[in-house]
Amino acid sequence: MSVDVAGILQSIRAALPAAIVAMRTNPGPSNQHSLLVGNGALVEVLRFLRDRLEFDFLSNVSGVDWPDPKKADTIAVFGEGEETAPENGFLEVVYHLYSTSRRIGPLVVRARTADRGGNAKVPSVVSVYRSAEFQEREVFDLFGVVFTDHPDLRRILMWDEFADHPMRKDYVAPDDYEYEPTPHDAVLEKARRHYPAQS
Amino acid sequence: MISDPSMFSSAPTLEGSDDDQLLRVSLGPQHPSTHGVFRMNVVLDGETVVSLKPVFGYLHRNHEKIAEGVTYLSSMPYTDRLDYICPLTNNWAYALAVEKLAGIEVPERAEYMRVILGELTRLINHTAFMGFILGDMGAWGSALMYAFREREKILDLFEDLTGARMMANFMRFGGCRNDLPAGWTEKVSVLVDDYGPFLDEMEKFLVGNEILLARCQDVGQLPKETLINGGITGPMLRAAGVNYDIRKVDSYGIYGRFDFRIPLGEKGDCYDRIMIRFLEMRESLKILRQAIDQLPAGEYIHPKAKIRGFKPPVGEAYGRIEGPKGELGFHLISDGTVNPYRYRVRPPSFINLTLLEDMCLGLDLADVVIILGSIDIVLGEVDR
Repeated sequence: MSVDVAGILQSIRAALPAAIVAMRTNPGPSNQHSLLVGNGALVEVLRFLRDRLEFDFLSNVSGVDWPDPKKADTIAVFGEGEETAPENGFLEVVYHLYSTSRRIGPLVVRARTADRGGNAKVPSVVSVYRSAEFQEREVFDLFGVVFTDHPDLRRILMWDEFADHPMRKDYVAPDDYEYEPTPHDAVLEKARRHYPAQS
Repeated sequence: MISDPSMFSSAPTLEGSDDDQLLRVSLGPQHPSTHGVFRMNVVLDGETVVSLKPVFGYLHRNHEKIAEGVTYLSSMPYTDRLDYICPLTNNWAYALAVEKLAGIEVPERAEYMRVILGELTRLINHTAFMGFILGDMGAWGSALMYAFREREKILDLFEDLTGARMMANFMRFGGCRNDLPAGWTEKVSVLVDDYGPFLDEMEKFLVGNEILLARCQDVGQLPKETLINGGITGPMLRAAGVNYDIRKVDSYGIYGRFDFRIPLGEKGDCYDRIMIRFLEMRESLKILRQAIDQLPAGEYIHPKAKIRGFKPPVGEAYGRIEGPKGELGFHLISDGTVNPYRYRVRPPSFINLTLLEDMCLGLDLADVVIILGSIDIVLGEVDR
């Protein structure tokens, strides 16, 4: 059951005139078009979708890294006269919403950070959808998107001392993850001293 | 006890007199009731749970990052390792998402084969679940061995078909890897006929069992609205009476053709969650009988399906199926090359744990084990 994204866009614009919302066309055959929502109104838009249009179920939250912003615009194509992506690349959060009562979905909503550095922030939607709690923590952990007003924003899959964000496209893995000094060499040396005839 | 208080950043204070002092317990990751390497930082007031914070990641290998570095098909065997109890439904969810992304048709025979394999996988999962939950209640071994005896019969069928008991790597984009071997469907019919009596026997032992009733009834229920808002899917959600089964809602594949019902619970406590899985197995048997009767001749993979050098067009797709544990989805973004630009798994086990703390607050520590067991998690999928 696909959703009428253009119709939903109109009803959001009628109810929340201050919100920045635009439709993005999916060029592929899946027919899943999306709504790009400005960070200022993200929580209000999702609350409107939940309460007025019965999208009561936030199924999935994905993070996406776009170091090359032009590429992002080829996958979610924008209309004429609309704002293009931030110049120096950005991180994106994609939400897939369903309605359990109207049995429609997925409605794809996307939000973008201003850059990939200090302003990599998106408002948290946990106050609207509880299911985002662990998924936002995962996006924070693996992509480094800071979700403002998240109740418990900590790393979830990587350990707390880990410094980087491994799902970013420019992440470089260490040469040897498993390296730790072991006593083997010293033990072998001691054994050689102990049994000189065999060495 | 854990000495580092920063691990409990949002936990209540442990200071106070001896009478009202709280106790921190680190449950797991090597505890057998955690179904793998899962840890919970629990704060107890006597026996009562006042805070519970799950800790993940002991089995994390960044499946999603690995998938971005290889071709689309190369990730297929890796999906087997997500929920290793049910590899074939993982294969199916991934194949479905890629088929949406690239607009690939699936021949009718392949759809029937997928339904048969998917429902057999559901039987495996729910049967193993019965053994595990009884183990969580203290009935170590016996129930699990009865369950695994039946599971092994289905795994034998999988081995005949795919060459592997568990790591099947069987679905392909546009169909399946090979056709059914001669005599295979007859073996499935025999298994389906024998499965009903096994379920009768298992139910006879369990439904009125006093320990099971005492441990499971009125434990861990939450309001319907909270469950939907918390993203809970699968048998967990339907046990609370929410009629949401993706086989009916999306009618993906050919599920629209079969006559089956969606069992619903009333209260959503642990007892309902166990009974829902019994009833679902009976519906799976119904689907299996119909699918075997209707199985058409024909291609098992679309003749134009491309295996080597497969490049989906630029775009994105989210595909999902009703896995045995809940909604299993894949979100894929293609930039037109042979590797996925973004590959995201929506794991039901992981998201069903969102409300674990809410279910456990105010109950005894022993109830935590039952509630965790009734959620039915697999750590290969939680940690990815």
